[in-house]
Amino acid sequence: MSAFGSDKKRVLLQGNEAIVEGAIAAGCRFFAGYPITPASEISERMSRRLPQLDGTFIQMEDEIAGMGAVIGASLAGVKSMTATSGPGFSLMQENLGFACMAEVPCVVVNVMRGGPSTGLPTNPSQGDVMQARWGTHGDHPVIVLAVSTVLDCFQITVEAFNMSEKYRVPVVILSDEIVAHTREVVTLPSVGEFEAYNRVSPKMPPEWYIPYADNSMGVPPMAAFGEGYHHHVTGLMHDVRGFPTQRPDEIEALVGRLFRKITQGFHEIQKVETFMMDDAEVAVIAYGSVSRSARRAVLDARRQGLKAGLLKLITLFPFPRHSVEEALQKCRVALVPEMNMGQISREVKRVNQTVSIVKKYNRVDGQLITPQEIYQQLIKI
Amino acid sequence: MPQEVAEIVRKYLRHDKKFPHIWCAGCGNGIVLGSLIRAIDLSGVEKDNIVLVSGIGCSGRITVYVDLNTLHVTHGRALSFATGIKLAKDSLKVIVVMGDGDATAIGGNHFIHAARRNMDLTAIIINNQIYGMTGGQYSPTTPYDSKTTTSPYGHIENTFSISELAIAAGASFVARGTVYHTQLLDDAIRLAILKKGFSVVEILSNCHTHYGKLNGMETPVAAMRWFRDHVAVVGKEGALPPGRSAETDEKIRIGVLKNVEKPVYSEEYQKVRDHAKNSLSS
Ligand SMILES: Cc1ncc(C[n+]2csc(CCOP(=O)(O)OP(=O)(O)O)c2C)c(N)n1
Ligand code: SF4
Repeated sequence: MSAFGSDKKRVLLQGNEAIVEGAIAAGCRFFAGYPITPASEISERMSRRLPQLDGTFIQMEDEIAGMGAVIGASLAGVKSMTATSGPGFSLMQENLGFACMAEVPCVVVNVMRGGPSTGLPTNPSQGDVMQARWGTHGDHPVIVLAVSTVLDCFQITVEAFNMSEKYRVPVVILSDEIVAHTREVVTLPSVGEFEAYNRVSPKMPPEWYIPYADNSMGVPPMAAFGEGYHHHVTGLMHDVRGFPTQRPDEIEALVGRLFRKITQGFHEIQKVETFMMDDAEVAVIAYGSVSRSARRAVLDARRQGLKAGLLKLITLFPFPRHSVEEALQKCRVALVPEMNMGQISREVKRVNQTVSIVKKYNRVDGQLITPQEIYQQLIKI
Repeated sequence: MPQEVAEIVRKYLRHDKKFPHIWCAGCGNGIVLGSLIRAIDLSGVEKDNIVLVSGIGCSGRITVYVDLNTLHVTHGRALSFATGIKLAKDSLKVIVVMGDGDATAIGGNHFIHAARRNMDLTAIIINNQIYGMTGGQYSPTTPYDSKTTTSPYGHIENTFSISELAIAAGASFVARGTVYHTQLLDDAIRLAILKKGFSVVEILSNCHTHYGKLNGMETPVAAMRWFRDHVAVVGKEGALPPGRSAETDEKIRIGVLKNVEKPVYSEEYQKVRDHAKNSLSS
């Protein structure tokens, strides 16, 4: 068994390495990708760890192929993932859409760096938030989670696999260069302390299997290739049997179900953490490495008598509107610091409906937003 | 319909669900479909253990019609998906069907790398020298000077030879056939399926609807005549048979062009796994 995840163990890890250990603990046994800073350590550790566990690592010719191979492996019944940064994430979008459409569980890690284009390869950014939500074309459901600590990298990766298996959707994990390369001593949870969820397989005989039939969860059981079901999987709009269709009623039913399965699971998917929010009058809403700076800034502000609190978003999409609404109703001002021009602050404003004042604070110069900066913003309020 | 043909049709086609097909009457894709199911049947590989993967194009629709594990993916990426399937479950026989544009334009990079790695996959490329599905635009195999909907003044680019590309990129097995020479085609596909390693069958096919219409071969029959008159069948491993002449040398060679033994990727990777596990226990 693996050295990590099997026993409670204090280990020194960087964020990228903890993602690998989280994936393995969740049951991931296939990785295909293409090297890119600041995500390369994920590939490197996967290439060492997966063959030890009878899994497979392959470095493909580009990220398009990486994403394709990941979907192929998942269709053959193996939990699989890839990892990249902005430029590679752009290349993955078409096949990511295929995974949404054909409902193939898989996990994609995007360790964000400055963009657009080749941008700032070795500096942090949060510029890909909206791309993670809307990067592939067409209306589609997707789950996006953000990590901010090394422990998060482990736990949220497990969570990402569980959600992808449960809802049959690709799950995107957004990390950033700071989270990826920060080393921390963490106590990883041992097996038994977390659940590793596996997709539901069909139990019925092949002649009764209807691969995309609706059910109460909106998530049909998934057969793997080679289990005798010889079904069809396509990126075209399909009927319940999986075959291409242009019938409006069948298309509407499919797209409706793809969205419904996520809406129905919303309460389980929505993940946030609160810090000193109980009596807060001013809320900082943050995610990723910025939320760590924000936590410190909240403490400093409290010392100055300002009742500040932190709402840390883990789930970015579907947007955790209930938690955000609650914070907005409670506080007179919400500050949203981000390493982009204001991608999540827009979402906050969208759900705010003038209940509260939403202020944004942005940096796009490749530098982390420091606790002092957030503190300065807070005391100005 | 002879008894055995009827049986094969019943066994391999989703006959009750998915017909009529979308292809034009007389399209070479149908001949390839027939050849493919005969080859699969003769290969003896269990239906449940075969995954048929296709890309996008008229050729890509083939997966809908065949009662196997079937996967119809994005344009040009079929070999990437197939690579993932094969590495995740080595017991599966993975056959990939692509068009010439699918395999060598948008998917060209995946094609040469799958060959270079010697992935244990069977790649069947239906080369109709044009983009059929999108209405007859030129592809990497469109002949010089021919007319297409995007080369109305005559095509000025050089062509890929798909088979030579596969040979140079490192495929274990490469054969070329045509939709006129069906017996040869059945054999070539069967050998490719049974071959361990990356095996390619390039099939010269007709798109009379687009290519033929603009280049003086309006009917499938005209295309068949052309295939009949412009090929030379090679002997073992690509050599032209004895008695070759200047005339045969001019022709397109069909038959098995390359057949070599070399380590396949999944076997090599098993060594990596063994090595990794040893290093863990020591
Ligand atoms: C990314 C992307 N670009 C373009 C298309 C449009 N498209 C569909 S099929 C096709 C070409 C098909 O030609 P070929 O691969 O030769 O197959 P054929 O239709 O001739 O069988 C194109 C360009 C697409 N589906 N996806
Ligand atoms: S357009 Fe061409 S390739 Fe497509 S089905 Fe018709 S003849 Fe065949």
